[in-house]
Amino acid sequence: MSTPVSAPLFEYLCRMGDNTLVLGHRISEWCGHAPVLEEDIALANTALDLIGQTTLWLDVAGEVEGAGRTADKLAFHRDVWDFRNLLLLEQPNGDFGQTMMRQFLFDAWHLSQLTALKGSSNEQIAAIAEKSSKEVTYHLERATDTVIGLGDGTEESHSRMQAALDLLWPYVGEMFLSDDVDAAMVDTGIAPDPATLRPAYDKLVGDVLTAATLTKPQDDFAHKGGKSGKRHSEHLGHMLTQMQWLQRAYPDATW
Amino acid sequence: MTHPTKEWPLFEVFIRGQHGLSHRHVGSLHAANAEMAIKSARDVYTRRNEGVSIWVVLASDIAASSPEEKGSLYEPANDKVYRHPTFFDIPDEVGAM
Repeated sequence: MSTPVSAPLFEYLCRMGDNTLVLGHRISEWCGHAPVLEEDIALANTALDLIGQTTLWLDVAGEVEGAGRTADKLAFHRDVWDFRNLLLLEQPNGDFGQTMMRQFLFDAWHLSQLTALKGSSNEQIAAIAEKSSKEVTYHLERATDTVIGLGDGTEESHSRMQAALDLLWPYVGEMFLSDDVDAAMVDTGIAPDPATLRPAYDKLVGDVLTAATLTKPQDDFAHKGGKSGKRHSEHLGHMLTQMQWLQRAYPDATW
Repeated sequence: MTHPTKEWPLFEVFIRGQHGLSHRHVGSLHAANAEMAIKSARDVYTRRNEGVSIWVVLASDIAASSPEEKGSLYEPANDKVYRHPTFFDIPDEVGAM
């Protein structure tokens, strides 16, 4: 029962939902392991926010697809090649600084994306964006403070944050790449052209990195293949074996 | 920073609840500075919609009465029952006081 718009819309909703799902799971891996109790709880809260947003995105994706798949089905019964998250988000946590750098680089994009989506022609998407942007505003504030605090901190924290930035920067470009799915979203007034979000992103990230005394890498080479699903990094499969094993071992188990 | 310390200082956290009239002490946490303490307090102490306003204060900035002075500070009030408004009947319509 697919209408012309539903295939790219399903794809787009999976991108949004898979971003929050994969990052939410990644951050949840810190639960009980964060450097201090306060950060442990804050990270767990962020993870829960993102998983909550995932439910909203993937539920709508399931409706749009019309094949009877729920958010749970989409989250736990798809394999690597069906995931549409950005490559940045499946990267391993590394140290706490690396996790917070990844968070900051994503949050800055995420908030501008959600802000634009509040004006979406699709009412469900606008409503999810409205609710999520409040949570993500806080995520971004927290990540910004941490990046500045650690970047402009001790010699060791500074060098770790610079290393994290150098490692993750090649994954930033993918957020602003446009393809046929994005073009279809722009045509129908559902979502913004990713490229239009770049100048504000560069300004924000530039200001924060300056405050953090960190140096933005000059090379703008961008890894791609996550949001199109064409080529995920090796890390996603390993993550999914952890995340999905229960539903794979005991399909449709409930408790 | 002249003397970087290994431990973050301790902050005491006060939260005013949805219907509360005043901030109440809810606990404490460690943070690098007051702004961070407020954010952490939001995460640690308002997860279940407990509050609408947060105060944090450095624990070391709180001046406290000394337990040894308990006798001289508080006991003199014990035998002055006339200071307690216990002889009034409060009408039900007044509600909580």
